[in-house]
This record gives sequence, structure tokens and C-alpha cells, in this order.
Amino acid sequence: MLAVLVLHAALAAATAALARRMGPKVFLLAALAPLAGVVLLVTAAPQVLAGEALTTSIPWVPGLDLAVSLRLDALSLLMLVLVSGVGFAIFVFTAWYAHRDATLTRFVWTLTAFAGAMFGLVLADDIVLLYVFWELTTVTSYLLVGLQDEKEESRRAAMQALLVTVVGGLAMLVGLIVVAQAAGTTRISEIVADPPTGGAVPVALALVLVGALTKSAQVPFHPWLPAAMAAPTPVSAYLHAAAMVKAGIYLVARLSPAFATTEAWWRPTLAAFGVATMVLGGWRALRQHDLKRLLAFSTVSQLGFLMVVAGWGTPESGAAVTALLLAHGFAKAALFLGLGAVDHQAGARDLRDLSGLWRSMPALAAAAGAAALSLGGVPLLLGFIAKEEVYAAVLAGGDLLAGLTMAGLVAGSALTLAYSLRYWWGAFATKDGAPPLDVPAPALGMTGPVAALSAVSLGLGVLPQLADPLGTGVSSAYAGAQDVGYALWHGLNVELALSLTALAAGVALFAARRPVEHLQDRFAAAVPAALDADRGFAASVARTDRLADVVTGRTQTGSLPVYLGVIVLVAAALPGAALLSGPLDLSGTVVVDVPTQLAVGALVASVALLAARARARLTAVLLLGAAGYGVALLYVLQGGPDLALTQFLVETLSVVIFLLVLRLLPRRFAAPVRRRTQALRAGVAVAVGAFVALATLVASSARTRESVVVDHLARAEPEANGHNVVNIILVDFRGLDTFGEVTVVLTAGLGIAALVLTARRPRVTAEERREREEAVR
Amino acid sequence: MRGAPGLRRSLVLEVCVRLTFHAVLATALFFLFAGHNSPGGGFIGGLVAGCAFVLRYLTGGRYAPGAVRARPEAVLGTGLLVAAAAVVAPWLAGGQVLQSGYTALELPVLGYVPLASVLVFDSGVFLIVVGLVLMVLTTLGARPESSLGDLAAEPAQAEEAP
Repeated sequence: MLAVLVLHAALAAATAALARRMGPKVFLLAALAPLAGVVLLVTAAPQVLAGEALTTSIPWVPGLDLAVSLRLDALSLLMLVLVSGVGFAIFVFTAWYAHRDATLTRFVWTLTAFAGAMFGLVLADDIVLLYVFWELTTVTSYLLVGLQDEKEESRRAAMQALLVTVVGGLAMLVGLIVVAQAAGTTRISEIVADPPTGGAVPVALALVLVGALTKSAQVPFHPWLPAAMAAPTPVSAYLHAAAMVKAGIYLVARLSPAFATTEAWWRPTLAAFGVATMVLGGWRALRQHDLKRLLAFSTVSQLGFLMVVAGWGTPESGAAVTALLLAHGFAKAALFLGLGAVDHQAGARDLRDLSGLWRSMPALAAAAGAAALSLGGVPLLLGFIAKEEVYAAVLAGGDLLAGLTMAGLVAGSALTLAYSLRYWWGAFATKDGAPPLDVPAPALGMTGPVAALSAVSLGLGVLPQLADPLGTGVSSAYAGAQDVGYALWHGLNVELALSLTALAAGVALFAARRPVEHLQDRFAAAVPAALDADRGFAASVARTDRLADVVTGRTQTGSLPVYLGVIVLVAAALPGAALLSGPLDLSGTVVVDVPTQLAVGALVASVALLAARARARLTAVLLLGAAGYGVALLYVLQGGPDLALTQFLVETLSVVIFLLVLRLLPRRFAAPVRRRTQALRAGVAVAVGAFVALATLVASSARTRESVVVDHLARAEPEANGHNVVNIILVDFRGLDTFGEVTVVLTAGLGIAALVLTARRPRVTAEERREREEAVR
Repeated sequence: MRGAPGLRRSLVLEVCVRLTFHAVLATALFFLFAGHNSPGGGFIGGLVAGCAFVLRYLTGGRYAPGAVRARPEAVLGTGLLVAAAAVVAPWLAGGQVLQSGYTALELPVLGYVPLASVLVFDSGVFLIVVGLVLMVLTTLGARPESSLGDLAAEPAQAEEAP
């Protein structure tokens, strides 16, 4: 498993290097990554489906008990079918779809990296690892949505997707950590096996669900998904239909066996979000003219459907979610790729511009048609089997919740069939009033993957029992699971009746599309703006921006004395308060070692006082330097040659640097503005000075253990072969500290250079900028 | 002797600096090498070397004869690389990070010379400190002749002068 993960990373790097030379066919090289996933899937399947999960673990941060733990069980296997299986078809398709342009390198490596992150996500057995992969998919999704970064629409969509999913992800992280704390382990398999309850756990789970709901685009977080359609079609097919948006479903399905029974609110909450999402998504999908947006809303709708089933939490729903994930993954990817091929050939994806394409690309039209019917839940296709299973699972609930949910699901299913038909009609059918287009059929490399995906929908639709082991495996996570037997014909029962009702309603909705569109337009006009999730998002972003402006304006005043004052006061006040609250032990104070110290001390103090009173900057700098030399003298008296030497050198250099800066400043300080300000500054200075003096005295009296110096002195010669213990501490005992410090020195140097060089450029004042902006307007 | 155009020069200072410059640099190197057993080390050595360059700078700005040609950022970067290499190398060789070795040589002129591998690390520190001083001199100390006057009045080719 680890090897496949590493292969993804390696191929991401390799394809990035080779993209320019190989052109779009580099995606075939990248396809080796999901292919390796498929190989793993096939080889591991017998063992995993026999009930034995495949695990591997290498320590990551042993101190925190974190490990790179991967675990391949039936649910992960199911997700792998989508991530690697569907992913492989999408990579192959993209090799013919992509163009040789400036974005190709970024396209191929981010898509490969995404495949790796998703692979890791569905296998991760450690919550921290899960979160890392989760956010990696978010970041790669951001990059892929914003692939055409010269378009403002792409950038905005990418930012929206990032913001919504990252906020959800952070909530999820907090929730996961609390759950892990309560469970006493970060292993997901162990948490699920022995779920924690009570205390903060319900709140934590709610936070986890926020992550799942945002990632899987549930109402009211859904608008990022249709916006993300700014990405190239294969990205939409992979990230925003087959794989990434299923991460939320996956997480819910992963946790449901544990928490659907212990938390009473789990099922109703998820069912409510799911049904609302399904119906709203379906309703909006039916209105779209841009077929890609139609598919996006359709995905939103289906994710709602999946959320209901994943959160239902019974063995039957485990079997149902298996079938539904497969059905949706294969069908939706095929629909997206089919649309991508149409767009690629005809250069349009608005159903008002497309007509008669079934003549020029019959194979693609047939394959996409099968996928559309599967999505719509028509018999002989996988979607039908899945819907039957879902209905059976929900009906088994037998209470009011089940009834309400069922009504929502049937309505949603009717909408699903209606927009699936609308998709096929829009993309391929000959329409009145639109001249049939005559375009060349897409390459086999594009039609092939679509056909392959649809073949799976058809194959499993006719022979559903092939998926039995997988369904059994997934539902075995629930208590009281039995062997699953998918079947095309369950006899005349309620589910069949509901299915047929939904189908009939769907066909009717499609047939009456003109009146329905009319009704929808009137309905849309009546929706108050406050309920518009997209506008809500924009408003909250704008409000955050304004708040940041206000906070920055209040705190960053640009006054150096204020900054310095705040820094030293905080440094003095916090530890100072702690110091004064404890007992003050000054017993270890040595007043003076040698009398000379007194003289030097008096000298330093008087020079410092003079420096504070100096009117000319030059005088002040020289006096400060003198005070520094005095301190160095104290080091000499104490017998610290290294320290004294350093102090002398640093003071010398400081004075020179001060002089360099002084050339740019007025000769004298500005006259003190107000006596009150002056008194305030004096007060701050005295307070900080008093704190430092007191802290030093207390610290030197507070020794409870033998000084580390003794140990260092003893170890210097035998362990580091040196006599100068100061230097040995610097380069050997505490060498890593020194390394960190010199890195800081280097950063400071670069920082100085950057500041000075920037300041030298002519400054644009706020007024000038405003004038310029007005001129542009 | 060449100098910056239009700069007031002090002959005494220039001569003194020319006489002492190399001696100060040698002292800096001494501190670097002696640091393991007597006062000194990479940090102090670097500061002393920095002082040497400061002296040089004070006599003639960046036009000082023989002024360092190395770019400060290159010196900083080299220093960090050397220090990082000294941190990582023992680990790559199978030991611990920053593990130190020790040897002593009997050289013809210098006699008994103890050598510690931490000298490499210290050299990195030395270079970084020197680089920082050079960086300050070239940025804050650039173009002393124009800093008090206006930048525009200065003839453009002065910047390109050797």
C-alpha cells in the first residue's frame, strides 16, 4: 500500500518534469498511478473480502503516538474502486482531452498528486493522517479549479472551494482530536470498534460532520461545487463527481457503524441535510442550460442521496451505500467525460447550442445514454439496483423519519431521472429550432473510457450479484449484518412500486419541460435573497474582510514607540505578574564580587542615564555604545573572555550600523511632544528595567539543582576534546540551537536588505493611489 | 589609490586601515581556529572579520580599494549550506546529527595542531556573521554620497564606477 502511495508521489514529480516534452500523452504515464491502485485492489480483494483487513504502519511521530497507518478494509476497497478504477479511466481520457498549453504541467502533476492524496485518504487509519490527506485533496482541488488562472471566474471559484472546505476541514480536525482524546487512540479502526460517548463527544462529532458536509457539498455549503465547474471537465469528473466530494460520504460511512447507534441525532440530522440537498440539487439541475452546471447540481443532489444512506447506519444501508457509491461514481464520471468529449469536439456545452450530435458520435451517445439511465435509476442498470436497495434500507426504519425521508428520496429520484434525460437530450438529441451540428466524432481515447465506465454500470445492472462480496464486506461493519444478495428482481413489493412511481414522475417532468421551466423561473424569482446560499457566502467573505480591515487599522498604527512599548510591556507584565505572585527569594544575591564592579556599574548606569537625556541622535548612539562597553567590562571582571569579546565586537558593529542609519535621520530628536508622553515613556522604561533586575536576582537565587555548567565542564574534554567550554556549548552540546540562531541571523540579514531596498523605491501614498484609481474609473 | 568620486578622504585613516586590514582578518581566522580550546570561535571570528570590512568601508564606501567583491547574500548562503552540511553529514554517515570527530596533526611549521570536526560548523557560523555585516554595509551603507542629498541629482554613471 505504501509503495502505491509513493508511486503516486513519484509519478507526480516525474510527470511534472516530462509534461513539456511529452505533451498531453503524459497523462498515460500518470495513469500508471491509478493503475497501480487497481492492481492493489484486485490482488488484495480476496483477502479483504474474506474479512481480513490489510494493514501496514510505520512510526511517524512516536512521541505523539502518531503513525502512518494504512488499513484496507471493504469500505476502503469500495472507495478504491472509485479513486483508482474510475480514476484510471479519467486519466486515459485526459490524455486525449488535454491540450499542449501553459497549464499542462500544473494540470498533470496536481491531478496525479490529487489521486495520491485521495488514495491515502481512503486508506488512512489514523485521524491525523486522514486529516493531512483530506487537506491535501483540498489544496490540489484548489489548484485544479484555478487551473486557468487568467480567468477571474476560475480564481474566484477556486478560492470559494478552498475557503468552504478548509473551514469545514478545520472544524473536522477539532472534532477528530476531541473524539480521539475521548477514545484514547488516534486509530480510526479502534475508535469505531469502541466508540466513545458522552461528554464533549456529540459536539465533536457535530464538528466532524461539518467537515463531511462541506466536503460533500451539502446544503447550505453546496454553492462551491457548481462554481468549481470552472475546472477542466476531467477534473470535474474526478474530483467533483467520482472521488473528492465522496470523501465526506466516506467519512460518514466510516463512522456510522459506531455512532449511528450511540448518538440518537446522527441519523435524523444526516437524513435532513441529505434530503434537503437531494431535492434542492435536483430542482436546480433541472433548470440549467449549461450542461456542466446541470451535472454539478446533479452531483450535489446525488451527494445528498448518498449522505442519507451513509448516515442511516444499518447493515442494509451498508449494502445500499455500496451499490449507490458504485452506481453514482461510474455513471457520473461517464456523464462528465461524455460531456467533455462533446465540448472538446463541438466547442459548446450549452444545450441550446447543441443539436443532432447523436448522428456524428453514436458510440459516445449510446455510452452516455446508458450512464444517464443508470443515474436515473432505470432497470437493467446499476442505478436501479442501488435505488431499490436504498428504498429497502430506509423503509426498514419503519418510523416517521423513514416515511418523511422516503418521500424526499422518491421526489429526488424523480428529479434525477428528469435531469438525466435532460442531459442526454441536451447533449445529443436533435432539437427543434437548432440546426444539427456536424462535427467529427471524438477519438477512441475519449469514447473508450466513457464506454468502459458505462459498461460497468450495465454489467453490474444485469448481474448485480457480482458486487455481493463487496456489499457483504461493507455491511459487515454493522452489528447484525448478514450476507448481501443484490438482485434485479425482488418480486412485487413496495420498493418496486416506489421506483416505478419515481420513474413515471421523472419522465413526466421531462416531457412537460416547458411548463416546468416556466414554473421554476417564477419560483426562483420568489426566493428571498437572504436564503441564497451563494450570496450568503459572498456576504460573509466581505464581512470578514471588513473586520480584518478594522482590526488591522486599530492595532497596526505604524508608530514605532507604541510597538516597542507594547512589546516590552507584555514581556515585563506577564512574567512580572507571575514573579510578584510567588514568594520572592533573594537569599542568593551577591552584592559585589570585586569592588571594581561597583565603579563599572555606576559608570554604566550614568552613561545610560545620559543617553536617555541626549538631544542629538549621534550623542545618544555613542553613549549607548559606551554603556555596552561597560557591560563588556563587567564580563571581563567576571572572567568571561568569550562573552566580553563578543560584547565588545557587537557594540562596535552596532555603533557603526547606527551611524549608517543616522545619516538618513535628522540630527536631533524631535522635541518631546508632551510632558505626559515623556512621563509615560519613562514609566515604561523604569517598569521594564525593574522587572529585568528583579527577575535576574530571583532567578539567580532560585537554583534548585546543580548548575549545568558543572556537567558541561566535566564533559567538555572527554566528549568534545576541547577546553573552551563556551565554544563547545555553542557548536557541540547545543549545536542545533546555534544552527537555528544562525538561520535567524541570515533571515534577519535578508530582511534588512528587503526593507532597505523596498524603502528606497519611491513610495506611493494613499492619496496618490486613490487619485490613480479614480483616473482609471 | 582610487576612491569614490567627490568623497572627502582621510589619508591617515586610509593608510592605517590598509596596514591593519589583513592583520585584523588574520586575527579573525585565528579566533575561528583557536575557538575550540581558547577564547574565540566562529561567531567572534566572524564579528572580527566584520569589523575589518567595516574599517575598509569607512575609508571609502563601496569604492574602497580592494573592497570585497563577493555578494553578501552569496556569503550568507554559503555559510548556511556549510553549517547545514556539518549538521547533517554525521547523520548521513550513520551517526547522530552534529556528532563531532576529533583528530590532531603534526604539521611541519605549525607543530601540533588539534582539529575538531565542529570547525566546519563553526566556519559556517563565521561566514553567516560576515555575510550579515556585508549585507548591512551594502544595503544601509550604500551610496553615502547621495543619501543626504537627493537621489536624482546624482549622475547615473557613478553607480557603475568601479
